[in-house]
Amino acid sequence: MVNIQEKISKLFPEATFEAGDVMRVTVPDAQWHDFAKTLRDDEELSFDFLVTIVGMDWKENGLGCIYYLTSTKHNTHISVKVMATGDRQQPFIHSIADLWAIAVIFEREVYDFFGIIFINNPDMRRLFLNIDWKGFPLRKDYNDDPNINPVSIENERQTDFTDMWVEEADGKVVKKERRIFAEDDFVVNIGPQHPATHGVLRFRTAVDGEIIKKIDIYLGYIHRGVEKICEGLTYPQTLHFMDRLDYFSAHPYHHCLCMAIEEAAGIQISRRAQVIRVLMDELSRIASHCLFIGTYCMDLGATTMLFYTLRVREQILDIMERTCGARMTFNYDCIGGVMQDLHPDFVKDVHALLDVIPKNIAEYNKVFTGNVIAKNRMENVGVLTREDAISWAVTGPNGRGSGWACDVRKCNPYSIYSELEFDEVVRTEGDSMARFKVRVEEMVQSARIIAQLIDNIPEGEYCVKVPKVIKLPVGHWFKTVEGCRGTFGVYLESDGTANPYRLKIAPPCLPASAVVDHITEGQKIADLITIGGSLDYIVPDIDR
Amino acid sequence: MQDLSVGTAWLHSLFLGFMPEWLAVTLECLLIGVGLMLLYAVLALFYILFERKVCAYFQCRLGPNRVGPWGLMQSIADMFKILIKELISLNHIDKFLFGLAPYLVIIASMLAFAVLPWGNGLQIIDFNVGIFFLLAVSSIGVLGILLAGWSSNNKFTLIGALRSGAQMISYELSMGLCVVTMVCMAGTMSVGGIVNAQEHLWFIFSGHIPAIIAFVIFMIAGTAETNRGPFDLPEAESELTAGYHTEYSGIHFGFFYLAEYLNLFIVSGVAALLFFGGWMPLHIPGWDAFNHIMDYIPSVIWFIGKAIALSFIIIWFKWTFPRLRIDQLLTLEWKYLLPINLFNLVLMVLIVTFKWYL
Repeated sequence: MVNIQEKISKLFPEATFEAGDVMRVTVPDAQWHDFAKTLRDDEELSFDFLVTIVGMDWKENGLGCIYYLTSTKHNTHISVKVMATGDRQQPFIHSIADLWAIAVIFEREVYDFFGIIFINNPDMRRLFLNIDWKGFPLRKDYNDDPNINPVSIENERQTDFTDMWVEEADGKVVKKERRIFAEDDFVVNIGPQHPATHGVLRFRTAVDGEIIKKIDIYLGYIHRGVEKICEGLTYPQTLHFMDRLDYFSAHPYHHCLCMAIEEAAGIQISRRAQVIRVLMDELSRIASHCLFIGTYCMDLGATTMLFYTLRVREQILDIMERTCGARMTFNYDCIGGVMQDLHPDFVKDVHALLDVIPKNIAEYNKVFTGNVIAKNRMENVGVLTREDAISWAVTGPNGRGSGWACDVRKCNPYSIYSELEFDEVVRTEGDSMARFKVRVEEMVQSARIIAQLIDNIPEGEYCVKVPKVIKLPVGHWFKTVEGCRGTFGVYLESDGTANPYRLKIAPPCLPASAVVDHITEGQKIADLITIGGSLDYIVPDIDR
Repeated sequence: MQDLSVGTAWLHSLFLGFMPEWLAVTLECLLIGVGLMLLYAVLALFYILFERKVCAYFQCRLGPNRVGPWGLMQSIADMFKILIKELISLNHIDKFLFGLAPYLVIIASMLAFAVLPWGNGLQIIDFNVGIFFLLAVSSIGVLGILLAGWSSNNKFTLIGALRSGAQMISYELSMGLCVVTMVCMAGTMSVGGIVNAQEHLWFIFSGHIPAIIAFVIFMIAGTAETNRGPFDLPEAESELTAGYHTEYSGIHFGFFYLAEYLNLFIVSGVAALLFFGGWMPLHIPGWDAFNHIMDYIPSVIWFIGKAIALSFIIIWFKWTFPRLRIDQLLTLEWKYLLPINLFNLVLMVLIVTFKWYL
């Protein structure tokens, strides 16, 4: 194992280091692109997975970005802090869009919220807010007066052009206008109100007959500014927003933020609470994958499957309802444990569920997976190679369908997962069928985890005593969990008050939706539905 | 077997008793028209309820059960709802073609009703190229669909209509070849002639292997021809919202909807005619007592019962299989069904020539 710090300081003497849960390296912007290239390409480093880019506004200390990188080869983590050059009106950072494909989207997000312009990013548009929005909302000096950005009663202005900022030989940065589509493309709007986009997501699709030429993904229809809202809330209040991201499986997200806050505050939770949390996460995973199978089959025209899978999902939701009191937004995990103890019938209900799951999965495979039409529709459709999956940061079952063992529960175990026995499901085909099968098999593995825990729930308190007002020490933390749709990360920066200074959410669905353009090129319109469905993104999670 | 033409002949002579022949014929035509319209409406209502119930049971649900006993009045309520709905008029469309399209679709299916063998002697028109006429008029429907998609001035409808054009024209070939195969067997194109040729045994039994192959292909092609799942690409909900009829509202949409169900009936009716003897009761050579009992069941019930049983199979497909993709759909037709069909036709000709049928 090479010492990363030594190696980097040899190559880049100007870099400074800061220890933490993930080592943070600070490099000047001028060296950033070279540094990023070294991080990615060096054999001993090979940080090939860009987890997220956190835009930051440190007020008088300037704007900047924190890049979280992971090496899929060595399973090491690093974060890089880059300060923007230029003034607050036009801060610049060099783009790394040529190194990681997903950086195009991540950098657009930072630009949208912080106004940091990325030099050489080929598509420097806003990502979520509409193109006429004034100001950059996550800057600390943002003016949120509703008169500046009134609710529009006109149609949103649309443009077919995007900007690209390039550095000229004399160091001056100039803006160039580019077309998104070719001039005579036949562009069909798929979405935002479309049955197959699973929410208000819009694909501007250039087609040639039935063949897709290019897709421009258009986000932000349900952008609620969760990160901005959280900056004004206390820590326990921020938890509620986690349920509203991936609302089909809220538990893991809640779990992630709770863990981040607990780690920061130094709170140890009881084993009982940990077991309950893991049980809930895995139940959520089964419920979420059930819904995936159902809606995916419905996208492909097999409506009946939806009802078969909803049967199981309903059973799980009933279990959740009895314990958590809700069926969608549970608000169950809290700082220090869980909100209330398990329902007396919980164990019995879960046993009943475990009994029906194998039968149901066998039935799904019989009705759908083996069907020749389903095979034709899914096999070799939307093939995502392992390299592309990593470059696009497509995690979760999608990444595992492409042969990338990216399960956080295995490679970076949290809570009690290291003690549990389960297999990470990895398939190498990378097509829609592989993504589908990974999810079906993950249901079996989740059931296995539940079976291990359900009869051994330890006694103890379900929630430890925590202070009424939770204040975190000054610092920053980054926590990831395996959500039902991929790696979910939370970046938390505290300035010592009761509110987070910055709470950045790194959702798994944003990369999953961004990669659609890449893997649909040259496929049919019908394949867009197959591919989009198989990626299983959920729009509130993308838009936040 | 009671001959229902006795009744129609009696009516004709009754009219002739007090009016000239031209008036009598006109009046009869009017009566038939009204009867046909009523039948059309009743069948459509029945089919809507039937499909909803069948699919509900496939999906572990109950289906409509609030309006009337067992939800029987549900489709009637739905019909009234659709009748009083506003026809939303759109700008930037070709108003004439947009209005014409649903009528073309519905006329196509109505004309096909004229030659179906409803019962013994109960056929509106029985002429020497009946089955050919049926194929011809059912092709008018695709024109309506193309017009609907084109005149709506919408990208989704256009893609839906073009898919539909490609699909229906391709599958018409298979339909036609299946019909030709069975016409070979029957030796006549007249619908009455085809039914009578099955007096001793239905073609599906007497024609054995080629008839069964033709039947399977006919059912596949028929499903594709009626734009039903798994071949419902033109209106693939998850891809093209509602395909060619996205922009239609009120009863204009209702016409497309009705035509879809009636086409389902027509396809099953033609399959019943070609393979299961039309209105002909089940006769087994040598079992005279059995054949005699079968004759007591009225011919109308035989025909409609067979058609509904075959429709059930088509509905079953729809609620079980996922949808095909357009290129797979065309591959299936041109690379598999069509060559099999041509081979099957040759086989049938051999069988007829050498009298290998049962």
